[in-house]
Amino acid sequence: MTATATLQNVTRADVEDFLFAEADLIDNWKLPEWLELFTDDAHYYVPSTDVDPEAAPDNNLFYIADDRFRLGERVKRLMKRTAHVEFPHSKVRHIVGNVRILERNGDELKISTAFIAHRTKNAVTDVYFGTGIYRLVVRDGKMAIREKRSILASDGLRQQGRVSFIL
Amino acid sequence: MTAVLKKVVDNERMVDNDREGQRFRVARKAFVSKEILERERANIFDKVWLFLGHESELNKPGDFLTRSVGGRTLLFTRDAKNRFHALLNTCPHRGARVCRERSGNAKSFQCFYHGWVFGLDGSLRDMPGKESYPEGFAERPTSSLQPVPKFDSLRGFCFVSFNPNVESLSDYLGNAKEYLEVVADHAEAGLTVVGGTQEYSIRANWKLLAENSFDGYHAAVNHATYLEYLKSTTGGLVPIQLVGHARDLGNGHGVVEYKAPWGRPVAQWIPAWGDDGKKRIDAIFDKLVAKHGTERAERIAHYNRNLHIFPNLVINDIMALTIRTFHPSEPDFMSVNAWALAPKDEDPKDRSSRLFNFLEFLGPGGFATPDDIEALEQCQDGFKNMAEVPWNDISKGLAKETPSFDDEAQMRGYWTEWNRRMYGA
Repeated sequence: MTATATLQNVTRADVEDFLFAEADLIDNWKLPEWLELFTDDAHYYVPSTDVDPEAAPDNNLFYIADDRFRLGERVKRLMKRTAHVEFPHSKVRHIVGNVRILERNGDELKISTAFIAHRTKNAVTDVYFGTGIYRLVVRDGKMAIREKRSILASDGLRQQGRVSFIL
Repeated sequence: MTAVLKKVVDNERMVDNDREGQRFRVARKAFVSKEILERERANIFDKVWLFLGHESELNKPGDFLTRSVGGRTLLFTRDAKNRFHALLNTCPHRGARVCRERSGNAKSFQCFYHGWVFGLDGSLRDMPGKESYPEGFAERPTSSLQPVPKFDSLRGFCFVSFNPNVESLSDYLGNAKEYLEVVADHAEAGLTVVGGTQEYSIRANWKLLAENSFDGYHAAVNHATYLEYLKSTTGGLVPIQLVGHARDLGNGHGVVEYKAPWGRPVAQWIPAWGDDGKKRIDAIFDKLVAKHGTERAERIAHYNRNLHIFPNLVINDIMALTIRTFHPSEPDFMSVNAWALAPKDEDPKDRSSRLFNFLEFLGPGGFATPDDIEALEQCQDGFKNMAEVPWNDISKGLAKETPSFDDEAQMRGYWTEWNRRMYGA
């Protein structure tokens, strides 16, 4: 992306570059760097799979509904040896595709993706798949995540059992 | 095979309650054997009362949901007269699952295979080619969607049993009933299941989750990161010691009841909720005092409860209110469902704090439950060594008159009942 990127001239390729870089940080457990992609008022959501994908966490039970503070705490936790579910860190690879710019509104872009993430731990491999909805802001020529909503397409987490890494 | 394990296999002695030796042990074989799971189905899941759902999940006439309970697939309905029905979701004609939706609202259910139509109460209403059946066929009891043998509820908590001769639900719940009542008393207007189900699974034996659900001993170590998180929040804690007691409630039920430093929307305020929050929490507490008196109000508001109802229902009345059930499909695999309960008339701000609280500890994306899941799966893996290391030790607090919340008396009660039902011991 050029330094002069604005909300109006950001292309899908720019957005893809940003999202691929995000996935790379997650897959390599560079979570403190990943956290820097978020705005100070950011949210990260993983709704339960029997609610409306656009449901609010105020009155619906989600799997994850982090504000920026708790997202930071999640990152701190996941980098500790005492986050037992992720010690040693599982091996994760994301494929992010079907990227579309849905809206350019106010100071933000609404982005939709399809994601597949594989996770291996203790010789068991699980697949997580679904739709990613992002609200991205463009500031000083750089993109930042104001909201990331990872909507699982599976029936709950019946095989996977946990969503302990970042989707 | 070691001599000890051979003895276990020969005698099927799974629980070793050695009073003289001050030792209580459970054979690891109990967590891995297919034969034992089959026996558990016959002697436990087919015999006792099992949690089906909460009345608030079916809000209005015509509401229905489908759910797996005790290895069956059930259809839970509310008919036009507001009566609740728990039906076996299989067509009496040729067997197909009649209702294939997760939940909804309907006037009737039509089997998609041959078209038989059933009412919300399960009665056969119509079928194609009626004239080919004898008169009165539709009225035969065997022509309806079959109800579960027993269905009953307590304060909105609905239970089923596949044993026509089961004792009454009230007798079965026994001493646990009082704790369910304390939970139901959170709100005069009643409780409701909040939208959204956490559905997950654990690659471990189902009894490991039963134990874990009221295990006060593991929190400080297993959930250290959660406690560190609470300390790093601004105003997330009040200066209250984590202290309390455990009770074996009989019939396999057990509870730990304790004070804790986290916020409770009913009704322990934390500074993070601000002055407005304090006013609301105070008002909730005053209402509880007016209705139940100071002593019971204190208990409802300021004590936490992890209640386990044998064999597979957990009510956690902690920083949020949750219902959790779990069902085995293999000795080393269980499916878990968890719901959030809340007062029907809760202020939206308190509802929001409640659910925010819920997620910081509980569920497959929380800061604590995933570490429980990891622990249970690692126990299951460790049982591969059971030929050499055949026993689990459950002796903590054995000599104490009043066991602490972090002792294992409640687990001994669970295993004693399990052993009685499995082996008549």
